[in-house]
Amino acid sequence: MPLNTDPRTPPVTPGGSRGQADLKPQQSGGLVQNKTPESRPSRIKKSWGDPVFKSVTLIFAGAILVLALAIAVELWVAAYPSIQGMGWHFFMTQKWDPVMNHFGGLSFIYGTVVSSLIAFLIATPFGIGISVFLTEMAPRALREPVSFLIEILAAIPSVVYGLWGIFVLAPLLSVHVYPYLIRWIGKPFFVGPSTGLSLLSAGIILAIMILPTIMSISREVFLAIPRSAREGALALGATRWETIVVAVISPSKPGLMGAIMLGLGRALGETMAVTMIIGNRPEVSLNLLGPSHSIASVIANEFAEATSDMHLAALSELGLVLMGITILINIAARVLVWSTSSKLRALEKA
Amino acid sequence: MKSLNYGRRKAVDRTMRFICLLMALCIMVPLFSLMIYVTVRGLKRFDLDFFTHLPAPVGEPGGGMANAIVGTLTMILIASCVSLPISILGGVYLAEAGKTRFASLVRFTADVLSGVPSIVVGIFIYQVLVKPMHQFSALAGGLALAILMVPLVTRTTEELIKLVPRNMMEGSLALGAPRWKTTLFVVLQAARAGIATGVLLAIARIAGETAPLLFTSLNNQFWPSQINEPTASLTVQVFTFAISPFQDWQDQAWTGALVLLLLVVGVSLLSRLTLKGGRGLAN
Repeated sequence: MPLNTDPRTPPVTPGGSRGQADLKPQQSGGLVQNKTPESRPSRIKKSWGDPVFKSVTLIFAGAILVLALAIAVELWVAAYPSIQGMGWHFFMTQKWDPVMNHFGGLSFIYGTVVSSLIAFLIATPFGIGISVFLTEMAPRALREPVSFLIEILAAIPSVVYGLWGIFVLAPLLSVHVYPYLIRWIGKPFFVGPSTGLSLLSAGIILAIMILPTIMSISREVFLAIPRSAREGALALGATRWETIVVAVISPSKPGLMGAIMLGLGRALGETMAVTMIIGNRPEVSLNLLGPSHSIASVIANEFAEATSDMHLAALSELGLVLMGITILINIAARVLVWSTSSKLRALEKA
Repeated sequence: MKSLNYGRRKAVDRTMRFICLLMALCIMVPLFSLMIYVTVRGLKRFDLDFFTHLPAPVGEPGGGMANAIVGTLTMILIASCVSLPISILGGVYLAEAGKTRFASLVRFTADVLSGVPSIVVGIFIYQVLVKPMHQFSALAGGLALAILMVPLVTRTTEELIKLVPRNMMEGSLALGAPRWKTTLFVVLQAARAGIATGVLLAIARIAGETAPLLFTSLNNQFWPSQINEPTASLTVQVFTFAISPFQDWQDQAWTGALVLLLLVVGVSLLSRLTLKGGRGLAN
């Protein structure tokens, strides 16, 4: 190999064009070959492709940054009339009256927060419990098909969930579940009668929708825990459940929190299923069985038909709020997941 | 004392493990309920008319969602044309740049961007495209979908390029190919099947998006003829028909849902098979 005749050329070339120059020594001549690689004319002639390719890919990668920035800026611009016109009142009042040009977003923010909170309360124990089942208890033959089902559950379009929600879930809940909640628990959270199109129904359907997100991430975190940790706990005489708590769940707590927050982020921004099942009436009420409204659902319902500029701006401001919250939650979640799994990986290597 | 304690611990162990099993069984209930309902009620109108006819006016029997299917395909095409070059080359950049500060920032931004609610993307496109053009259009809908597709495909491309064995790249470089040729014709070729699968998964996901289309492409009862006019899409049509009070329209909404479900399940199955095959080759 001509590569090895020159002692200054490393055996593995970091830049491909240098190797090419060496393969064709007749082009560069004997004298030139003894100089440093940088001064070879053939290398300079050949290497234009790399910088061009590199800058093209760099531009496209940078486009992602520009895109994210542009979304934030344009949303701010769109929302500006409302931010200026309504000020902090936007977050304090719940009167939403397009005819009178008065916009208060409180009831929508309330609906979004409460429905996501319900989803969070239901999905957290389920998500962790099922991940424990899948990684620690289920026979190996079952793991593959179940994880495939979870994948499908995550990929089903939200409008399909919504359709199922209106025609199957809401009637079922209003006939077989809500009457009992009203009778047994009652005021102030469960006041009937309910049609099924309610805040609680929205929370339940959101829980089903965010479960796959929580499960797939917590499963990954659990799988990153070394086998030896479990064996150690078992050897010390712990029962299987104690082993799960001590060796599996507690070291992965930050990762689990990240998984739950990613799920929460998804719940906050979920639009179609919620729009179809929440009942679409702006109201701040403790009654979970009454119709409500969320940020995403009011945007979905009113944006295309908004008449005045102020109305559009108010809806955009709600969108801006939604984006702000989800971005913050996502950043926190990614940092948590990333720090746990890298810590666990370091543990495994040690 | 000790033995008493042991009995309690054992009971806790049994109960908690039983609860975990119960939870796993519970989640299967909504999943199967949804699939069975969509299949059974969707099959009622799963006929030729559905795929070849325009929506019928209220009260008239028949009619279908052919225009919506064409509209969805158009918007997917627009989204792919715009987003694939950006995201594949962006992914190449991320894979090659490794852990530089800029690459980490882009990676992080892509992850955060994929968490931004799709309806927010709809507002963005409305602001920059629909408002200046004074027109809802397939173009706007397609671009909104493109934005949703970019972070997904970028990250998949990066991950799959990283899976390509390093010695393949080194072999190409050693034979004298410049770096850009190595990347384009050796590394990307090797990761081709995986990237195609990732793209397919992303397409299945954006095909099911409704929220960003509600006020970018809007809806239309007729065949699409130009990309700068309001265009129907399968998902928006399902939504419109689902909340309508008419039995016939609701039936068609279920059929539309069935088509979407088949798409999702089909693509997931396909990707499982391809990725398994690809991994076998890499080893």
